[in-house]
Amino acid sequence: MSGVELPDRRLEVQHFAVAIAAFGLGAAMAVMQALSRADIPLPMRSEKLYYLSVTAHGVLMALVFTTFFIMGLGYFVARETLGKLEWKGLATGSFWLALFGTLMTTVAILSGTSTVLYTFYPPLQAHWSFYVGATLLVVGSWGFCAVLIRTYVMWRKDHPETPTPLAFHGMLVSVIVWILATSGLAVEVLTMLVPWSLGLIKTVDPVIARTWFWWFGHPLTYFWLIPAYVVWYTIVPRHVEGKLFSDQLARVVFIMFILFSTPVGFHHQFTDPGIDASWKLVHTITTYMILFPSLVTAFTVIASLEVAGRLKGKKGLFDWIGALPWKDPFFASVGLAMLTFAVGGFGGAINAAYAMNAMVHNTAWIMGHFHLTVGTAVALTFMGLCYWLMPRVLGRELKFPKLAIWQPYLWFVGMTIFGGINHVVGLMGMPRRVYSGKFLDSEVAKGWEGMTLISAYGGVILFISSLCFLAVILGTWLWGKEIAPPEVAFSEPLEATGKAGLWDRFGFWTVVAVVLIIAAYAVPLYDLYTMPRFESLPFKPF
Amino acid sequence: MKVDLYERIWIWAAALMIIAFLAAVIFSAGSHAVHPPSRIETVDPTKVLTEGEFTQAGVTTREDGSVLVTGLARMFVFTPGVMRVPAGVPVTFRLTSPDVIHGFQIVGTNANAMVIPGYVSQFTVTFDRPGEYLVLCNEYCGLSHHLMQAKLIVEEAP
Repeated sequence: MSGVELPDRRLEVQHFAVAIAAFGLGAAMAVMQALSRADIPLPMRSEKLYYLSVTAHGVLMALVFTTFFIMGLGYFVARETLGKLEWKGLATGSFWLALFGTLMTTVAILSGTSTVLYTFYPPLQAHWSFYVGATLLVVGSWGFCAVLIRTYVMWRKDHPETPTPLAFHGMLVSVIVWILATSGLAVEVLTMLVPWSLGLIKTVDPVIARTWFWWFGHPLTYFWLIPAYVVWYTIVPRHVEGKLFSDQLARVVFIMFILFSTPVGFHHQFTDPGIDASWKLVHTITTYMILFPSLVTAFTVIASLEVAGRLKGKKGLFDWIGALPWKDPFFASVGLAMLTFAVGGFGGAINAAYAMNAMVHNTAWIMGHFHLTVGTAVALTFMGLCYWLMPRVLGRELKFPKLAIWQPYLWFVGMTIFGGINHVVGLMGMPRRVYSGKFLDSEVAKGWEGMTLISAYGGVILFISSLCFLAVILGTWLWGKEIAPPEVAFSEPLEATGKAGLWDRFGFWTVVAVVLIIAAYAVPLYDLYTMPRFESLPFKPF
Repeated sequence: MKVDLYERIWIWAAALMIIAFLAAVIFSAGSHAVHPPSRIETVDPTKVLTEGEFTQAGVTTREDGSVLVTGLARMFVFTPGVMRVPAGVPVTFRLTSPDVIHGFQIVGTNANAMVIPGYVSQFTVTFDRPGEYLVLCNEYCGLSHHLMQAKLIVEEAP
């Protein structure tokens, strides 16, 4: 795709634009929260605004920024690797539907009628438009899934023997994980929350709602992570002039995510009543399985970077690390994202530990954890990828290149402070999601004060980094010098996979995944639905 | 499938590490009987304020010397607001909520449970160190969530 002529990228650009706008709004909310938790007296500081902004930050960052960015990336990868997109009308329609839903939910949140946080556990009840908007966003994303699957099926007809291009292999896995995940969300929202918020049913069961929510909530994190892995495996090695160390293992890794992403949700509900401990232990075991593909990824990706250094003539044990382009904003973003994920991933192993979880459940530790994982491993990869995408998609040179180089390092420093200190203060017992950590001047809570202040400093650094990012993106879009778009090229493996085989049998692996999900959820859900229960009326304490 | 030697070693090391983690998790759960609160018992949330055991929230000592704390978590208070329990004795908590979901976390211990309307959360803790503990709600429950707290006083055993 080299040359001066720019292919039609409107679809991708629309998605990225919504993602980045959501990111900007989410970042503004975030800095206010970090300062509020440290009890810094800001003008307009109030409980109502704080919890409203926690809701907005969570929804905009975790659901809107990620979903739109991944949809844009999915279309981009499909076009580049398979040559074209099928069902373009559906893709465009789905975009507008998802955008409409997003606006509906955002208005519901900003109006103050839906301060239920992004986990929206009943019996807290939001305005119906909050749930309906979120539903439309998800339905729009299903349109994206249908387009990618259709594109793949049509491509496969013409290429029966060719292994799926690896970048698309990963994106398709992400699509499958998303479909498995959102099936749970659909049950929760369509059978419980929407009719309940419209007054069609009076009561819902909070434990059943949480169970469906976490059926969705954990694979959601892999829906975010897999596209980041696609970038790590298939774009970064090429960008640094290395080679992908193992093509086959990358495929195994992606397939393992189909299998083990979903039957793990009870590790978010360890301390819930109503669910037998033995099922919680089963989900602990499946959760540990999902560590495996990430550990393999750590090896393959780092080995691919080492290949890059070796090809530049480095022979020592570690000198190849210095040979990597640390002053390139895309590579620096991804390199720092990986480093952060190594720490965040091990934290995840603690969260998933059946008994140890009680030490960290619902504390600031958890918030620290997912800011290292989704907030850095995924988000920083996506931000860095924007620096790679902009010249290729818009045909413009990056504006403010100095800011672009500083941005990932600022993010890394800010998040190391913010994430690190919240892990510590969480272990000391401070809960997550609190307007103030004073607890009526309790002695214990006094020990947290210095920590929340350090956390606020981290938050400010992150906000500055976000502003740098937005400046580079907007500057490039509006005033970037027009250039011939650089070539879009994906990593070449050291050894290519010869023919399509077991790892291209997406349908088969999806069936296996469904069997595992049924094994993990059928009995506890059956028990919940059939035992005598007393459901809850709605509450709106906000 | 051809896998590089170093990668093969890494894969085995990763697999062994995961097995070791799991073995530690399962062994500690079994040998120390450390299980997350998983009581399966339901109660009508619209009636807990007017009838049944939760109308008499408080601390009682049972015949075998163990202690029972019956409590309510509600917007935005815990009842009882002050709990006095002896050190070194198993203390069983029975908690529920008449309104939204709350958390019950005793800071500095591993007592941490969701309190969900319609369900009874039950777990047993033995406090070894006498002193005053902060009990707080760690699940967002409304605009005064961050004020919801109670005191647990662990007294020297007589």
